Amino acid sequence: MSKDNNSGAHPGNGQSGRLPRKRFYRARAHSNPLSDSHFPIPLSPADVDYAHHFPHFFAPAEPDRGNGMALSPKVRFADVGCGFGGLLVGLSPLFPDTLMIGMELRDKVTEYVKDRILALRDSNPGKYENISVVRTNSMKYIPNYFEKGQLSKMFFLFPDPHFKEKNHRRRVISPQLLDEYAYVMEIGGVIYTITDVEELGDWMRSCLEEHPLFEAVSEEELETDPVVKLLSSATEEGQKVARNGGQTFKAVYRRVALHEE
Amino acid sequence: MEEDEGETVSVSEVAPALIAVHPLENSVAVAVGSELRVFDLKGDCPVSMLADSGGPSHSDTIRDITFCPNGSLFASAGDDKLVKIWRTDTWSCVRTVFTEKRVSAVAISCDGLYVTFADKFGLVWLVSLGEDVEGHALVDNKPVPILGHYCSIITSMKFSPDGRFIATADRDFKIRITLFPKRPLKGAHEIQSFCLGHTDYVSCLAFAYPSDQIQGFLLSGSGDSTVRLWNFIDGILLDTCEIGAKAGLIKSEESKPAVTDICTSQDGSLIAVTTQSLNGVILLNCDFSAKSLSVAQVITMEKSYIPTSLALSSSTECLWTVMGASKQPSSGNAQLLTCLRIMSGFGKDSSDAHPHDPVVLQDNEVPGGEKLLLKLQGSLDVAEKEEVLRAAAAALRVSMHNMLIKKQYSVEKREARKSSRNDKKLKK
Ligand SMILES: C[S@@+](CC[C@H](N)C(=O)[O-])C[C@H]1O[C@@H](n2cnc3c(N)ncnc32)[C@H](O)[C@@H]1O
Repeated sequence: MSKDNNSGAHPGNGQSGRLPRKRFYRARAHSNPLSDSHFPIPLSPADVDYAHHFPHFFAPAEPDRGNGMALSPKVRFADVGCGFGGLLVGLSPLFPDTLMIGMELRDKVTEYVKDRILALRDSNPGKYENISVVRTNSMKYIPNYFEKGQLSKMFFLFPDPHFKEKNHRRRVISPQLLDEYAYVMEIGGVIYTITDVEELGDWMRSCLEEHPLFEAVSEEELETDPVVKLLSSATEEGQKVARNGGQTFKAVYRRVALHEE
Repeated sequence: MEEDEGETVSVSEVAPALIAVHPLENSVAVAVGSELRVFDLKGDCPVSMLADSGGPSHSDTIRDITFCPNGSLFASAGDDKLVKIWRTDTWSCVRTVFTEKRVSAVAISCDGLYVTFADKFGLVWLVSLGEDVEGHALVDNKPVPILGHYCSIITSMKFSPDGRFIATADRDFKIRITLFPKRPLKGAHEIQSFCLGHTDYVSCLAFAYPSDQIQGFLLSGSGDSTVRLWNFIDGILLDTCEIGAKAGLIKSEESKPAVTDICTSQDGSLIAVTTQSLNGVILLNCDFSAKSLSVAQVITMEKSYIPTSLALSSSTECLWTVMGASKQPSSGNAQLLTCLRIMSGFGKDSSDAHPHDPVVLQDNEVPGGEKLLLKLQGSLDVAEKEEVLRAAAAALRVSMHNMLIKKQYSVEKREARKSSRNDKKLKK
């Protein structure tokens, strides 16, 4: 198992500041989360080289202080199935001190997001240093990336619908996977989901509703949460739906502690 | 083809023989292929299982067997998609659960009220053995899914001795510790920890609760040829014992032998391990205060005897080992043969600075004697066995490898699969 070295967005590798063009990164429409691919899998969260992803937040220790790495910040937001990365780019300036990572299964798409972030860093010095992306199968390897209670927000925007009943187990929100998401989220953390497929919207809502570790976030709170607006507008998929005047279905839930009656 | 994706392909169907011993050493059970063989140690006689009362008997390879902690129940499950639950006083089957998928592991909760089993999609299901208000057994309550390892095979599932946790290990290197709730029918959603660190499939798990420690420990064995010691409450790896190297099993550039089974006495004072290549058993020593694991002793047996499964009773009088395979090279014999070796003499006397060396019992010294061997092995004829076991050992090596190593596609096959994909055609 190698360190996750080459999946970070590294600055200064000779890239110009021009934004990459999506058409050079054409990829299949969907990927099958069940098939095993060949990408590096960190053995455990400690094995992930986050300094590589966020060099500005992991400045080398000052010699006189010694323990520079002791306070190394942790990733707090995860955008699962981040696609072309629009949400990360939208969130970055809203939470400049929060580290966020996108997780994407498709190789080409991940490469695109990496290049996009590098280009943004190049043309906006000091900005977009808090976002990065990894290529992984989030349905299998979430616990390899994050410790218990590490995340304060998780995003699942316009996930693949997998319509057929027998394919429901491929859905990225399921009763079993919610256990893992609950594990990596802190109490009070928020999980955001949105889709333009009504049936999937119902599915995600009911999985969350029935899960004892999640509780619906109230409408009032949603209105004041700056992140909510981005759900339908920030990502490529969201913009496509909006252009076509499609309806969207949100479900936003909070991680709560278990209270056994 | 599409349907098969993500399922583990049963490349080779050879499965190891399994052994389990009643916690009070009342009886001992061996499973080989679809056969369940039980010997009543207390009554000193072979047991004929009363399967008829509880549905069909096993018709395909049994993958896991277990006694519940107080010994009143026994469960068996496997490739025939049956989970059978037995009373051990009468050895009648009290319940047969028909499942949709093949079963890779089964466990009984500490209070004996629930049976959990893992299917080949990595889902763990639970059935309640409870009784209704009138005291009638709930016979037709359906299994409910309580947790899942996404699309992986669960290789081992154990309850912690205090009943608070259920540990599950998979072939994707993962060990998950889940709180076992008071009302498990609603699911086991709260993950206590993940124990991550193995670099190959995890094959076996065992808990140890030393009396002088506040917390329990978990031990795990793996295809990476190590046994690891965990603080499972916090998911912290405490020590790694390179079994192959430490026990001097690795000759030249031979690949490292996988750890195939591990069993511990409840307090962890006795830890026994088998590997894919050792003709014998490795005893480990664990210093729980120093949190370190080391090889205490390698006990070798005759050359062709490579045990496939281990069992200890709570009295730890004897360490039971079995070797056997579910499919055997044509011996012209319909009977599946296994071979048992039983060790005793684990110096438990703490005042004894030099514990007696454990000894492998001669056939006439084993509890139950020849009657037991005839029942559990299927034969007393050692000469015949030698040959069968040698072949079985080879078959098992291949099968363990195939079963647990991930499916690898050749590049061409991968491309072929891609172009036949349905979701590609479904492009929005
Ligand atoms: C329909 S796209 C939506 C992308 C993005 N969230 C948006 O709103 O534009 C779904 C994405 O999830 C990715 N994906 C699907 N399964 C995944 C998995 N198991 N792990 C990581 N990414 C996955 C797909 O490759 C795809 O890019």
